[in-house]
Amino acid sequence: MEAKHLERGLAAVAAVALFACGGDGDGDRTESRPGGEAELAPAPVVDPAVAATIRGVVAFEGEALVAVEIDMSEEPACAEKYTAGPPMTHDVVAENGRLANVFVYVKEGLEGTFPVPADPVVLDQDGCRYHPHVLGIQVGQTLLVRNSDPTLHNINAQPSVNRGFNISQPQAGMESRRDFRRPEVMIPVKCDVHGWMGSYIGVLDHPYHSVSAADGSFSLSPLPPGTYVIEGWHEVYGTAKQEVTVGDGETAEISFTFSADMAADAIVPLGEPVELHADHQGTAVYAGNGIRAAGRE
Amino acid sequence: MATIVAEATGTPILEEEHGRPFIRKYIFSTDHKTIGIQFLFMSLFFLLVGGLLALLIRYQLAWPGRPIPLGQGLPETVAPAGVMLPEFYNALVTMHGTFMVFFAIMPLLVGVYANYLIPLQIGARDMAFPRLNMASFWISVPAGLIMLASFMVEGGAAGAGWTSYAPLSARPDLSGVSLGQQMWIVSLVLLGLGSILGAVNYITTVTNMRAPGMTWFRLPLSVWSLFITAILVLLAMPVLSAAAIMLLFDQTIGTNFFLASQGGQPLLWQHLFWFFGHPEVYILILPAMGMVSEIIANGSRKPIFGYRSMVFAIIAIAFLGFIVWGHHMFQSGMNPALAMSFMISTLVIAVPSAIKVFNWMATMWEGNIHLHTPMLFAVGFVMLFVIGGLSGVYMAATPVDIFIHDTYFIVAHIHYVLFGGSLFAIFGAIYYWFPKMFGRMINPTVGKIHFALTFVLFNVTFFPMHGLGMGGMMRRIYDPEQYEHIAGMQDTNVLVSLAAIGLFATGLLFLVIFLYSLFRGKPAPANPWNATTLEWQTPSPPKHGNWKEIPVVYHGPYEYSHPAMDRDWLAQNERPDVVSPAHQPATGSTPLQKGGASE
Amino acid sequence: MDWSLPLNASTQGAMIDRLFWLIFAITMAALVIVESGVLWFLWRYRRREGRRARYTHGNNVAEVVWTAVPALVMIFLGIYSGRIWAQIRSPESFPEDALTIRVVAKQFEWNITYPGSDRVLGSNDDFTIRNRFEIPVDEPVVVRLQSEDVIHSFFIPQLRVKQDAVPGMVIPIWFQATETGQFQIGCAELCGLGHYRMRARVKVHDQPSYRRWVTERSAAALGVTD
Repeated sequence: MEAKHLERGLAAVAAVALFACGGDGDGDRTESRPGGEAELAPAPVVDPAVAATIRGVVAFEGEALVAVEIDMSEEPACAEKYTAGPPMTHDVVAENGRLANVFVYVKEGLEGTFPVPADPVVLDQDGCRYHPHVLGIQVGQTLLVRNSDPTLHNINAQPSVNRGFNISQPQAGMESRRDFRRPEVMIPVKCDVHGWMGSYIGVLDHPYHSVSAADGSFSLSPLPPGTYVIEGWHEVYGTAKQEVTVGDGETAEISFTFSADMAADAIVPLGEPVELHADHQGTAVYAGNGIRAAGRE
Repeated sequence: MATIVAEATGTPILEEEHGRPFIRKYIFSTDHKTIGIQFLFMSLFFLLVGGLLALLIRYQLAWPGRPIPLGQGLPETVAPAGVMLPEFYNALVTMHGTFMVFFAIMPLLVGVYANYLIPLQIGARDMAFPRLNMASFWISVPAGLIMLASFMVEGGAAGAGWTSYAPLSARPDLSGVSLGQQMWIVSLVLLGLGSILGAVNYITTVTNMRAPGMTWFRLPLSVWSLFITAILVLLAMPVLSAAAIMLLFDQTIGTNFFLASQGGQPLLWQHLFWFFGHPEVYILILPAMGMVSEIIANGSRKPIFGYRSMVFAIIAIAFLGFIVWGHHMFQSGMNPALAMSFMISTLVIAVPSAIKVFNWMATMWEGNIHLHTPMLFAVGFVMLFVIGGLSGVYMAATPVDIFIHDTYFIVAHIHYVLFGGSLFAIFGAIYYWFPKMFGRMINPTVGKIHFALTFVLFNVTFFPMHGLGMGGMMRRIYDPEQYEHIAGMQDTNVLVSLAAIGLFATGLLFLVIFLYSLFRGKPAPANPWNATTLEWQTPSPPKHGNWKEIPVVYHGPYEYSHPAMDRDWLAQNERPDVVSPAHQPATGSTPLQKGGASE
Repeated sequence: MDWSLPLNASTQGAMIDRLFWLIFAITMAALVIVESGVLWFLWRYRRREGRRARYTHGNNVAEVVWTAVPALVMIFLGIYSGRIWAQIRSPESFPEDALTIRVVAKQFEWNITYPGSDRVLGSNDDFTIRNRFEIPVDEPVVVRLQSEDVIHSFFIPQLRVKQDAVPGMVIPIWFQATETGQFQIGCAELCGLGHYRMRARVKVHDQPSYRRWVTERSAAALGVTD
């Protein structure tokens, strides 16, 4: 924390010293890029003939937290979008023993660098909720944040290793573009105008990530053959990981099992500041839930 | 003592300066007149910047959420498709206040006129510390440029208001602004350093370098007010610098002076800021009062009424100015009992201001009033300052402040004081001393048109804000239509904005007048206004070193319509024998020592 | 273009408004005297050939008069304001058995915790509602104001209530509504990019309707916590 503060301070001093040389229209670019990233090595080509797939499901045991209704009465522009039923919290979606919104990604085992996809990842704000709730993005890939509501949203991302931002979109149809410079799992995103709105962004330096669907399914492909550590991350139940080896052209089936009692270790008390624990690799694992606090009523 | 200094910095400088290269003469000059003029150009530029920001604010308030005309070119982080974002609006509000207070009004009064007038009006050749003087200008310039550049960094310029209340200003995660806020701090610390250097210089110069015969009570009121202002700067500015550096540390190296969650106290910032901030308000108005006194005496062709009570009123305001800061904090969570004492000191400080207004009126009474352009602006100052002063009574009364605190009533008040007050005085001063500064006259007709437009449009812009405030419209609101109790007043907001556009255009007109007169104005005589103070008794513009010989002062500063003179003015340095012995004022003790008429 | 104070709906509002209009009368009188004096002098003593201004440096009696008169007016205003202020803000002015509500401000919402049927904060029939402030008419209400992040200001124009919410402090204020109706809370202290719409609904109930509402909500709160 202190080191980060110092770094910001030095950046400030440096920028002040440099401003005379002409300000940069978009300050995002003033941040120095981390070491190896500047010279991208050619991407390892995954030969379609040998490309492997890891897929599976996330199972859930025990009693999941119940979704509760969100009180949108003070935001009619959003409330009226819910004609089928009242808006519910969706931080935990666990049906038929399957857990959705688990971020599954290759944590270890990949080598080389991967080309940055040209297509942006879209984070839509619709009906005063984020769509999707959990998403993955590659370092340098564009995050396109869109407002589909005719009301103010702010997008407050507070990472611990990337640079955060806190911007607003007061009108429907507004779009903002941002990107991240370093891998980080996960970056919490919130809207301070609507306390129940939360989203999580996983930033990786490779494209092998997936978010479990309502039926718990996920899929990572096309992977080069090899041995990988795969991790699943959930905002309430924490993380689980396993090692898996896939050979040429193989498809490996794995499954994760999260259980209700995992929440006890992973949850931070409601209303506490969001805590991020850095692991040994310098990435961070989000181990708590600050978002649900406001939605609990 | 004055003669010694005068001799020490005598003729040799005169010759030396003439041989100097352009860069030493006009850029890195140590001549107080050149530095004053440099400050004038710098602060007029920032006045224009501040005005432009105000225009954007008013556009958004009148037509919230509509694309800004010609705003399509603005970056997406500021105004996507020309629609201003709330964070940009906050930056506009913050930077408008910051530029106007610190980079326009303050240098216009202190930088320009303290530099230009003090040596000329006290009969000195230059400042006590000419190089320090040069440094104070060349520190202010980068300070302003850093502030301007902060618009272009990531997260935009500071957006926590010109008062930068912590914790919003201390926590980038909550404001979305980090570098911009840090540049705001760095810039103000630099500016503060420049101001302190200047203040030391003004105080020393007035104390030590007065011409022979220039006693304290023969000083023109402009010098008195600038002298007292310099003391205020010297005492108040370091407090802001210290607070700002604490804020910088909170932002960058993890100290927690103002962060409650780590044991800090958010109110500490407010106490420190306003301990500086309220004297600052008087820094912004005292020199204006001094110069207005100067112009009103000249325009009325009368000695200033109650010279001594004017001086004591300035001193009283300056002293009381240090014990009223808490009136900005009645609703801040400060102990309500403390609010009572701040209310009393605040009401008391209204008294010396009232004294000054009555003395200006009495100066005009039975005068022979020449409504030249400077006089128009000086009278405009009195009329508008009265409104600003009286609206201050509402805030001083703590119960009423509960309702009007942080509403547009305050915005109206501050603009009546700083625009209707300070800026009108500045316009008056520019018209008055322009001939002296540049050796050219400004056409009186265009000056009067400028005054009429400014006066009318100013009132149409700012008077309705009292109504908005009474209706409960909060300050710093990006979209007034969001509230039921404000939405009904949108037509007033539109009216205000239309007038503001006109006011800005009038400002541009002034720039045209100013620049035209600079190059094409009629050559000015040494004393176009038939004025009495020393600066008019030397050529326009004065040469380097100001005087052929250091003047000797025999009279008070405003000996207009002296009964023994045929003409209606008696210069401070005219030998007593020009006055016929029968009517000769007792020069040993000036005729000003008694309050009563001394015919 | 209606430039007036909004409808008043609280007991302290009546006192504040009375003081406001008193100051209005005093300042208007002063304004008229000064402005008309200035204009009259400009006209009466305009420049004329051959006229000479009166040569005078002042008058001590005049100075004393115009020092004393404003000073007396200010002292009077100070005393009068001080008494009203004490009735609104002094610790002794707080009614004993007022309904106490906790308001926690955060960017950019007001989280309001009601004491429930037992009128005690911190018991398990408390309930928290976001952006809805509901109070009974004709009953003193104490608001314990807090902030989670930056400084906000709790402003209800019609109740003539304004108080900053400061992180790290619990600031109590009290007031008593005199009219039922629907109003809005606005944030009056710049608190960030959502400051301009940090608003909440205020509903002043009549007494029976308020009791019903609280009973209903408390029951629901108990149901959820059990």
